[in-house]
Amino acid sequence: MSALGFDLLLALALLWSALRAMSTPDLFRAVVLFIVFGLLMALAWARLDAPDIALAEAAIGAGLAGALMLDTVGHLRSRESRGRR
Amino acid sequence: MNLLLRVLLSGALGALGLALGRAMLAMLAQPAPALRLAAHANEQLGASGVRHPVTAVLLNFRGYDTLLEIAVLLLALLGVLAVSRSAPASGQRARAPPQALLWSMARTLAPLMVLVAAYLLWAGARQPGGAFQAGAVLAAMAVLLYLAGLMPPWNEPGLALRAALAAGFLLFLAVAAALLRHGALLAYPAPLAGALILAIEAGLTLSLGLMLAGLYLWLPDEHEEFDN
Repeated sequence: MSALGFDLLLALALLWSALRAMSTPDLFRAVVLFIVFGLLMALAWARLDAPDIALAEAAIGAGLAGALMLDTVGHLRSRESRGRR
Repeated sequence: MNLLLRVLLSGALGALGLALGRAMLAMLAQPAPALRLAAHANEQLGASGVRHPVTAVLLNFRGYDTLLEIAVLLLALLGVLAVSRSAPASGQRARAPPQALLWSMARTLAPLMVLVAAYLLWAGARQPGGAFQAGAVLAAMAVLLYLAGLMPPWNEPGLALRAALAAGFLLFLAVAAALLRHGALLAYPAPLAGALILAIEAGLTLSLGLMLAGLYLWLPDEHEEFDN
């Protein structure tokens, strides 16, 4: 029964972080929530007995993609601060 | 008109949702499929050269797909290299100011991450792991070192770096071409299968680590455009 409760909480947390990542107006917060979503997704893959995908998701989805998007947010902010667009 | 459009749209979406729900229920009520690929793969696991079914599928049974995946990743990196600037990066991208704590942590973590990557590569034959995971850990180490300020930004790649980037794909292609002479594509001879898979995975780890790190470190530095 505790496994079912954990799975339900994990599914709810996945949906909540995804919804918040898409609806928040602050881009930096959205990227952080996306990284959180990636880590929770890695947990979901582990719960689904797919540890290889969980490793890849944690490293690439949460790590590299998160770093790339944080860099993008930094570029967008510097562009705004220079008064363009 | 806006209200009418909304009502029509919600009605259409509701009908679509109901149809999808009924289709899912009907799909769950179907009998089990006649072809059970997982059972077939597990039967042939002994002859595949590795003991982990995921590695066997990726590198042996579906090795051709992995070969094309590496080619696609290499093409993606070539795209990034095509738009990166030829001038040396000025290093204005996000890097931390010099901090002793950050430096010591990154210096401690980097060799550990190399060790973890080597272990994932080695353990991929028996346990979850393999080339993709090891390459991702190596790439994360490179990005960590860059963000901590311990590694300078990557300039236009020289011959050695380009050779290392292409080495994984070329090794895989060479093994496939050598085996093609004996019949089917990527049909490893049974006594050599484990060694061939490990060699291919080692090449893939090196190339993947450099490719994934390069996707981040070779992105064009846009600050330079506006400084002129």
